[in-house]
Amino acid sequence: MEFLSDIASLINSTLRISTPLVFAAMAGIFAERSGVIDFSLEGKMLMAAFVAAVGSYFLGNPWLGLFLAIIACVSLSMLHGFASVTYKGDQVVSCVAINILIIGLTTALAAAWFGQAGLTPTLNEDQRFLEVNLPFAKSLKDVPIIGTIYSDILSGHYIFVYLAYLTVPLVFWVVFKTSFGLRLRAVGENPSAVDTAGINVFAMRYKALAINGVLIAFAGAHLSTAVNANFFREMSAGRGYLALAAMIFGKWHPKTALVACLLFGFTDALQIRLQGVELPAIGEIPVQLIQALPYVLTVVLLAGFVGKAIAPNAIGQPYIKER
Amino acid sequence: MVSPILELKNINKSFGHVHANKNINLTINKGTIHGIIGENGAGKSTLMSIVFGLYKANSGTIKVNGKEINLRSPKDSIVNGIGMVHQHFMLVENFTVLENIILGFEGELVFGKNFVKAKKDLKNLCDTYKLNIDLNSIISDLSVGFRQRVEILKSLYRGAEILILDEPTGVLTPQEVDELFKILRSLNEEGKTIVLITHKLIEIMDLTSQVSVMRQGEMVGHIKTKDTNKEQLAEMMVGRSVLLRLDKSEVKTGDVVFKVEDLTVKDDLDVTRVKNVNLEICAGEILGLAGVTGNGQTELLEALSGIRKVESGEIYLDGKKISDSQNFLNPRELKEKGLAHVPEDRQRMGLVTDFKAYENLIFGYHDQQPFSKSSILNNKDIISHSKTIMEEYDVRPQSPNLITSNFSGGNQQKIILSRELNEKPKVLLVGQPTRGVDIGAIEFIHQRLIDMRDRGAAILLVSVELDEVLSLSDRIAVMFDGKIVGEKENKNVTDRELGLLMAGVV
Repeated sequence: MEFLSDIASLINSTLRISTPLVFAAMAGIFAERSGVIDFSLEGKMLMAAFVAAVGSYFLGNPWLGLFLAIIACVSLSMLHGFASVTYKGDQVVSCVAINILIIGLTTALAAAWFGQAGLTPTLNEDQRFLEVNLPFAKSLKDVPIIGTIYSDILSGHYIFVYLAYLTVPLVFWVVFKTSFGLRLRAVGENPSAVDTAGINVFAMRYKALAINGVLIAFAGAHLSTAVNANFFREMSAGRGYLALAAMIFGKWHPKTALVACLLFGFTDALQIRLQGVELPAIGEIPVQLIQALPYVLTVVLLAGFVGKAIAPNAIGQPYIKER
Repeated sequence: MVSPILELKNINKSFGHVHANKNINLTINKGTIHGIIGENGAGKSTLMSIVFGLYKANSGTIKVNGKEINLRSPKDSIVNGIGMVHQHFMLVENFTVLENIILGFEGELVFGKNFVKAKKDLKNLCDTYKLNIDLNSIISDLSVGFRQRVEILKSLYRGAEILILDEPTGVLTPQEVDELFKILRSLNEEGKTIVLITHKLIEIMDLTSQVSVMRQGEMVGHIKTKDTNKEQLAEMMVGRSVLLRLDKSEVKTGDVVFKVEDLTVKDDLDVTRVKNVNLEICAGEILGLAGVTGNGQTELLEALSGIRKVESGEIYLDGKKISDSQNFLNPRELKEKGLAHVPEDRQRMGLVTDFKAYENLIFGYHDQQPFSKSSILNNKDIISHSKTIMEEYDVRPQSPNLITSNFSGGNQQKIILSRELNEKPKVLLVGQPTRGVDIGAIEFIHQRLIDMRDRGAAILLVSVELDEVLSLSDRIAVMFDGKIVGEKENKNVTDRELGLLMAGVV
């Protein structure tokens, strides 16, 4: 039974840890499928975390914080679009600029408003999202198997965890089963074909970026108003980049990207679990080595195992109508 | 009673300093096949892109069925019954035919009823015009000819009454051209108006009933096709009389100079693109290599010129083995042995377009006397050499200091050609010598190649323009799927025969 509960808690934390990755990867799919590179997932996630925490602190309601985070992230996406879609700038440069700007901005604003560089006040229970206990979770707890799955693994997560996994089929449906999705995929493959079909290429890319902003805001709010009760400096900790890697690993496809996110989440959960544990025959693995695991995995997977990831054909290229 | 379906009045369009369309007036009558002919860069495509709503004219009016319309985007022209098949197809390669066609005209937010209806409508359209397209196939699996039909079907589905085709035959085999013309004729019989943009005189004479000629952004004349001929049209296009037939003396071939044995070449993706190719070229002979784009000609040319390593096989010069997979000579070593190369893609491989003309005129020979001494360039001599050579090859404008990208396609090609021919090579490899080059320059380039041959050079001419291969070559080899599928003396051979070989039918 000891072993079973270990597995259950590992799966439980995998689901939780993967959540921001899933939101970010889905956000990335919208931007990149439309032909706009989005390295700024990292910066936007950080911004969302900051705005959600601050908004929640001042307004006393985490939902209002989330709402403000959405506005902030959509604005940043629009900024990215303004630079790289309308003014045809280099998309990577625009993203890097956003990432650097946000690191500095969040730290500076926290210092100005709360007197602590890069730290916001701790939120009380009313100001943050709490764990959701599914109905009957308590009473089913002692039922074998079902109890483990339902009460230990599925129940007791933050609202964002459930939302993230609902988002994936929704994204799949939008991208592959609607006319919006058809246009979205087309604009990332051959914008000229879209233009000659009488659809505004720029408007399509802005719409995709707007959705991207909304989704990434959830990832940030999850970090600062759910799993943590405040914002701290650079709290996104590379998750935006990791999500981008997962999205590429998943070949710009929501289902496979989800698998990749879960894999990254699992290695992270595993490294937390393995810290300080004596393994049979090997002994205790140094913490640093274990902590490097998800990143090593990222490099290995992206370098070797994915095969050739075929990006949308027109990715990174601004659409120039007249020569 | 003929009624105009499309009327253009005083259309003007500029790109920066380039005045691409000057005061264009054009009337196209309902139910006709109307040709618009002109050289590359005459402004034909620009004009039609304006009609299709892709570019915005600086001034002028457009009327459809007598009613003035305001074109803000292709949507406006599509709803007014204008369809266009672009030179570069506007298709999403990893979509199915059906997805490409309904794109922008889905008629519903979530695929469902209309999707099924579209499928049925399209099947009917396919049957009516005998297009023979499988709606579920992925575009990248289709041949160029079929992709073009998808484009036509797309326009029809969107309700086109006027169908504009921009240089539709450039990428087709003669058989595919026949098929296309059949389709266009049957569309015309059903009452559709067709506008054919081309620089090929023969197509105008074959298909159209009315022709308008453009030159340097201006409309220079409108005539009934039956009242004109090729010579007159060519003169109108170029602005002076041109020789359509080449003066070619009888061939006096010498010994075999250049020989290729069992050559096999792979591309960057490790796909074998050239399969056991054997070729022989004699002194004073032009061997034309015909074939549809992408059948291994590019890789063969790259291998022969030392750019792409061969997998197996041998290359001989004057009976001596000079290069094989073990001991593969690079382009410089080949050059020293008397082999020159005019690459297919002149802007990527033949020139550094951001450099000045005089620099491009000596590239590859820049370390030789008198251009440089102890690794220091002698710019004075280079520029005076450039002036002479630019005059000899009629490169216009004759300014060695001009940045190369500012020259027209034809003049860029002359820069490369003069650089390579000036060294009087024994063997000359030429890829697509006149792609995107205007008629006047084509005439000049062809004449130079013939002169080279008459001086005893062995020339390999790789071209997708069948007319070019036919008019220049002494012998013609046809390449299909990496193999030489046929070789013929250029006597009494027709483009039909070659077309069958090119399609891999025989």
